[in-house]
Amino acid sequence: MTAFALTPDISFGAFRVWQRNRDATLRNWKTEFLGIAVEPFAIILALGLALGQFVELDSGEKYVEFLAPGLLALFPMFAATFECAWGSYVRLEMQGTYESIIATPISVDDVITGEILWGTTRALVNGTYILIVASILNPWLHMVDSPWAILAVPVGVLPGLLFSSISICFASIARAMSHFAYFFNLVINPLFWFGGAFFPFDAMPRWVQILGWFMPLKHVVDIYRGLVTGNLEYSMLGSLLWLAVVTAFFYVLAVKLMRRRLIH
Amino acid sequence: MTSALIEARGLVKHYGDFVAVDDISFHIREGECFGVLGPNGAGKTTTIRMITATSPVTAGHLEVAGLDVAEEPRKVKAVLGVVPQDDNLDPDLLVRQNLEVYARYFGLRRDEVRQRIDEALKLFQLDDRADSNVDDLSGGMQRRLTIARALVNNPQVLILDEPTTGLDPQARHLVWQQLRLLKSRGVTMLLTTHYMEEATHLCDRLVIMHRGKILVEGRPHDLIAEVAGPQVLELRLPPPERDALLAEFPQGDGVAVEQVEDLTYVFGGGNASAMAAERVGDPHRAHLRPGNMEDVFLLLTGRGLLN
Repeated sequence: MTAFALTPDISFGAFRVWQRNRDATLRNWKTEFLGIAVEPFAIILALGLALGQFVELDSGEKYVEFLAPGLLALFPMFAATFECAWGSYVRLEMQGTYESIIATPISVDDVITGEILWGTTRALVNGTYILIVASILNPWLHMVDSPWAILAVPVGVLPGLLFSSISICFASIARAMSHFAYFFNLVINPLFWFGGAFFPFDAMPRWVQILGWFMPLKHVVDIYRGLVTGNLEYSMLGSLLWLAVVTAFFYVLAVKLMRRRLIH
Repeated sequence: MTSALIEARGLVKHYGDFVAVDDISFHIREGECFGVLGPNGAGKTTTIRMITATSPVTAGHLEVAGLDVAEEPRKVKAVLGVVPQDDNLDPDLLVRQNLEVYARYFGLRRDEVRQRIDEALKLFQLDDRADSNVDDLSGGMQRRLTIARALVNNPQVLILDEPTTGLDPQARHLVWQQLRLLKSRGVTMLLTTHYMEEATHLCDRLVIMHRGKILVEGRPHDLIAEVAGPQVLELRLPPPERDALLAEFPQGDGVAVEQVEDLTYVFGGGNASAMAAERVGDPHRAHLRPGNMEDVFLLLTGRGLLN
């Protein structure tokens, strides 16, 4: 029975779902993109410049320079997470959108794949925008030191897929909107603060460093830090591999959980 | 005889220990409107979910347009048009976009369906609301848009799960009128409802489901004639008076009596019913009326079983 098989049953239908989300978003593009446009400036001002005055790093770089790869990782993470946690839950539970789509030749696996691809797209748009803002401000803030930084855009696909998948997993087990408080407080917030975006992990005690290794965002930030500074290291490949494996795991989990939720 | 578009043989659905659908068999022919009638919880929606490949079949065989639902869910869904019980229109899209995006789910190109969408909007009297937000439509309009959406892929079978539940009488009649129009155009329909009137009104043939089983199958008017009889006497009398009246009915002559709250129904009373009604002489207390689908349902299920 194809509908209940163990491997994901994906077709071009996944792209149809992606198109649906694109069309729905473009209908409200002004509200959708206003938030994205303002966000990085606020954090660069508040954390990078204002707080940064009081921060002295061992490496000698300015705090705002240290912060750049973190911002490249954080905002796309939020974009993907909001889209695929809260947004997907609304489509699943409040709007019956998934139910209406799986009554057509599109499978549950297509729907979930399309949703994750859309979350990834939002992450990419967001990441690209941050990179552009950082590049424009570069003459003053020196946030981007190397042309390798451009690779942060394609590499961003991986964390986009990962955070979208994790979020879909949560949306599939949530029973009420209020449950997202757990997700954002217990999962996303720790990732935000302890993902290695705001402080260097090297200066932390050993056990915090070990804990950090399990944080997906730390690997993303490490890769971006290498690309933005131009200090490429082999450990970045390890981080990429780590992300790929964890992404594959959460993607398959998302598909299975959502099948359980929708097909019964 | 035309071949069956939907065929179910020994269909069973379990949810853990609960048996939602218990060994039912039926078939739906091309061009007919087939009804599944039953109270909430009878297994109607579960049956529909199995047909639309969104609920795995526990046991039995289910075919749509000659395709095994379990084997070919995508192909099956491609030939169905589904109107779910609760409208699940896409509130993030405009009225027209709802149809366009839905057509895309079937892999249909926009220029391929443009004309069909225009016609559907006109047919369902939504052409002046094409650029509205879905949330701004009335309940009746949303229902019509949901039906229009189910037609964008030119389905072989239109499946309607309680299409008029929650609509006011006017909106309901408009939907009925449009469903009759579709029927006259040869659209095959599978309809579930708990409105007896709706089933009589629209269906060529129907089954009555209760607790996961099919109790009876037939054409609405045949069922009414066979099960309820042409005339039904409704009594609203105090028990002593009622019993005195019932005592005068000929015994063991196919007369059936059902008590529902303070109402007593007498089926198959024939002349005795007419005479009783005349003797009471007050239509509020003794009312003789033609049998209907509700009577069939009542007789087959016993209303005490329902909640």
